[in-house]
Amino acid sequence: MVLCQVTMLDGSQFTCEAEKRAKGQYLFFKVCEQLNLLEKDYFGLCFKDNADQKCWLDPLKEIKRQIRNGPWNFSFNVKFYPPDPSQLTEDITRYLLCLQLRQDIASGRLPCSFVTHALLGSYTLQAELGDHDPDEHRTDYTSDFQFAPNQTREMEEKVVELHKSHRGMTPAQADSQFLENAKKLSMFGVDLHHAKDSEGVDIMLGVCANGLLIYKDRLRINRFAWPKILKISYKRSNFYIKIRPGETEQFESTVGFKLPNHRAAKKLWKVCVEHHTFFRLMTPEQPTKAKFLTLGSKFRYSGRTQAQTRQASSLIDRPAPYFQRTSSKRISRSLDGAPVISVTSDGSGPLGEKENGRDPALELSSDSKDLDKTQDDVLKHQASISELKRSFMEATPEPRPSQWDKRLTASPVTSLRLQAQGSLEEELTSLFMSKASFSLGLVSSCTTTAGAAEGTLVAVPVGQRSAEKSPPRMETFLPESKDVAKSADNKQKSEAVAVATTATQPVVEIEETVIVEEVRKTPKPATSAIPEVHAAPTTEPQAAAVAAKEASASSDSESEEEAEYHPQITSVSVEQIKEEPEEEEQEEAELNKQQHQPEPSPLPQPIAETDPEPEPAPAPSQPVIEDGTPDTKEDAQPPMEVVEDDGIVEEEMMVTPEEAPNGYSAAEGQGLGSLEEEDQEPRVNGDALHVDTDHLPQVICCSEPPVVKTEMVTISDTFAAQKTEIATKEVPIVHTETKTITYEAAQLDGSGDGEPGVLMTAQTITSESLCTTTTTHITKTLKGGLSETRIEKRIVITGDSDIDHDQALAQAIKEAKEQHPDMSVTRVVVHKETELAEDED
Amino acid sequence: MAGLMAGFGNFTHAVVRAVPTSLAKEALRTNKLDVDLLKAQREHELYVEVLKHKLGLEVIELPADESMPDCVFVEDAAVVCGDTALITRPGAESRRKETEAMKKVLSDLNLNIVEMTDESATLDGGDVLFTGREFFVGLSKRTNQRGAEILADVFLQDYAVSTVPVTDGLHLKSFCSMAGPGLIAIGSSEHAQKALKIMQQMSDHRYDKLTVPDDIAANCIYMNLPSKGHVLLHCTPEEFPESVKVFEKLKDHMLIPVSNMEKAKVDGALTCCSVLINKKTDV
Repeated sequence: MVLCQVTMLDGSQFTCEAEKRAKGQYLFFKVCEQLNLLEKDYFGLCFKDNADQKCWLDPLKEIKRQIRNGPWNFSFNVKFYPPDPSQLTEDITRYLLCLQLRQDIASGRLPCSFVTHALLGSYTLQAELGDHDPDEHRTDYTSDFQFAPNQTREMEEKVVELHKSHRGMTPAQADSQFLENAKKLSMFGVDLHHAKDSEGVDIMLGVCANGLLIYKDRLRINRFAWPKILKISYKRSNFYIKIRPGETEQFESTVGFKLPNHRAAKKLWKVCVEHHTFFRLMTPEQPTKAKFLTLGSKFRYSGRTQAQTRQASSLIDRPAPYFQRTSSKRISRSLDGAPVISVTSDGSGPLGEKENGRDPALELSSDSKDLDKTQDDVLKHQASISELKRSFMEATPEPRPSQWDKRLTASPVTSLRLQAQGSLEEELTSLFMSKASFSLGLVSSCTTTAGAAEGTLVAVPVGQRSAEKSPPRMETFLPESKDVAKSADNKQKSEAVAVATTATQPVVEIEETVIVEEVRKTPKPATSAIPEVHAAPTTEPQAAAVAAKEASASSDSESEEEAEYHPQITSVSVEQIKEEPEEEEQEEAELNKQQHQPEPSPLPQPIAETDPEPEPAPAPSQPVIEDGTPDTKEDAQPPMEVVEDDGIVEEEMMVTPEEAPNGYSAAEGQGLGSLEEEDQEPRVNGDALHVDTDHLPQVICCSEPPVVKTEMVTISDTFAAQKTEIATKEVPIVHTETKTITYEAAQLDGSGDGEPGVLMTAQTITSESLCTTTTTHITKTLKGGLSETRIEKRIVITGDSDIDHDQALAQAIKEAKEQHPDMSVTRVVVHKETELAEDED
Repeated sequence: MAGLMAGFGNFTHAVVRAVPTSLAKEALRTNKLDVDLLKAQREHELYVEVLKHKLGLEVIELPADESMPDCVFVEDAAVVCGDTALITRPGAESRRKETEAMKKVLSDLNLNIVEMTDESATLDGGDVLFTGREFFVGLSKRTNQRGAEILADVFLQDYAVSTVPVTDGLHLKSFCSMAGPGLIAIGSSEHAQKALKIMQQMSDHRYDKLTVPDDIAANCIYMNLPSKGHVLLHCTPEEFPESVKVFEKLKDHMLIPVSNMEKAKVDGALTCCSVLINKKTDV
């Protein structure tokens, strides 16, 4: 059991225990239960990732996978701001929304004018204190409250003046009035993200209920309502929206933005997907069925939409729950007796760390009823909470122009080199010209025997990832924090890693790894009497399987570099909330069109024997697999293969035949067992893939069903041209010579109960055709009286020209199968590499 | 109780400025038309009369300054919304001094004065369309991005501020204005229609449009006065007979045709000649 600590909207702490493997929703439901909240779909739990960025806890995923090594500290927040709070069913929901908005306003995240601050503040007083009482409410009673980031005496006076005018208003009415005014604020419910436009100008992207807003400084310079957006995608640190053509335009256009880093791009993409689904659809989009060789995040919003939650809450039939309105300032009277924990700074969590980051307004808080010894702690605690929240909000407290500017200039974005223009072109290229110089690879993940090259592959993504994990932190938030030194250290450390990575592999980008596993086991009489006992290969499948599992598990959370989302879905179950009827129809049409094009690539397109056209000399850049040591980082890296360079496709297949039932060693079973969990539907994929073979293989798809349309795969890379310089520095890894390695090696199987196999032979053969390079690695093992031959093929398709990679891949697979008709493909790992990173240069 | 955006069109005060004799010869203009000074002055007097007597606004009349031929067009010198007044930095160099008198009178009215001091910023009030829900700022010959940004800094707190490129015409309000709550009067020209499209796209709100055949006729003054209800000052049939027919379809409005023929020759529209203020704004 793990102790979870949740900061509630009123500033109180809720503590509960959760299983180590509990999913996000477990904790979320616990919190809602505690709050007595039924209309919970507008809310969510946040945590801070390693980079100190606020993230939403995915309800469907295990908590520990999301927060990794951080403390299990969360904050309960509004995730979707209902544009019309009066349509909420229960007062308690509105109250919680009020608390969130008060936080947003006090932190400066939701800017308001003086007058609005005063008006909203007066409703807060009315809701929490009731009618103004001249005896009880002396002049300074307002200083307990924070109405604005920079509250003045004058403002407090105005608040009091207005408070007096609300006489007779019930707390619920006051909350409603508060919301009616707050909802009109132009930044209400707008989730801001730093970005750069195609010209490298700092802008902000705001996601809200109606669509996407673009701000430059504080000016709204564009707005894309959801109906205008056909597709939302991201690719590394670029974020794209495809826009429906206007009345006078003929073509869809794609607008690209450059985010500070991949993580930010993905976060923005997720927020868009969620907001679109929540506010615009009637029901969430069903996760697409697994399709072979589709890449990217399968993330979709899984909760209820606003339409659904409204419907559900219309059925709420309970007496209005009692709750006490309490300001976050007077934490001791916390909601429903939630445990109040006096946080002393133990430095273990963000709460402890930020104790010095005081909020002046909170300091003033003096609840005379609560002047005991813990008062200090409470205050500290409040201050730290508020600080925590503030940093969660990523907003500096003052909404003044200079602050806004600061927000922009302080953005980590500034250090990035610009390539948004290029990115846009890139996308357009793929859209209109399909001039592809991308790469797609099938890479086996289980080739420990493949030697140094393989091992190093795994290592690289780790560094890469740690590089991503340490985007510039918003230092400004904890300037006086005790733990600065510590965090600085950490930062340094991770930067060191990043640097190291960059040094060795400055241009690598990781792409999504999708693994398709296919296993057919054929009992085969054992050829007995193999004297030596060799265990080495037997561990392979396990390792591979585990690795694969890791890959699939984390593919959605970390590894994917790109994904797309077609906001207008054809799925019958997904209706859009009616807006303009005509538009709907139009959308429908669009959709159909889109649905056609992205049918999964390697489907048996007429592959035939067409020899690929003579490759115009090996691409200026050859694939490089960086040297390094296999990393054993604790967060179990997916077997991510990093193939460097544009224009390269790397594919690797492992063909495993003849595996005896009892050769299914424990070790193996363990690994494969985990794979088989997902043995449900993917047969289709396998069939599709091998449609032209005799086999009807049993398919195990161990990747998460990828949903993203393969169109993405064909995205081309216009950077390729710019990259030659970097690229040519690299050493080609794939040679044209054929070499055979045969060796016998034993590995002690520590577990003992796994049945050790005997490696009989292993050989590696490399051959090259016109546009593909195939590295074949064959191992023969004897296991429990059965022999198993495992062939791993690494196929690198080099394509900087117009070759059809999907086709080449399908062809390669087909050829492999033809060469080994008695074997089945057990694993296909696709690795695609498109372009070089320019960011870290 | 007045919350945000309550009382759109409700004004108590108007600031105007007399027509200087230098207007006839020296006022800036996009067309080379001769202005009949006397007619222009007469026109302006009638305009002030309407505000003062017909509508009962408290009108503060600034004296003309001969060194500022365009000074009658006070709108460009300040943007007032609620209690806050942004003193602009007009795009035309020759007009920069017009703001001084404006600043004084607005301070006297106890408004919160914000000045545009940034030397790279220019903004003419004629490029600022306040719809009651948000601002649109025309990026024109007179108003630049920086000017719009400063306006956003001042007013964004409560209202969205969006920019609209003005490709033709002097100001954004040379071809549009508010003709009621959520009702935008818009000219028929291509650039006017295009600007409207942009505004619609940029907005979270829905606006109705009132399309008039003549661009300049789309500049009208809407008020919602406690004693009068919806009031609309618009062009006269003599100037734009077809456009007037469109305005006459507004049944709920008290329609007041106001001649602007002479001032229009120097690109002055109806809204240009006053800064309207609600001193009892809100709360």
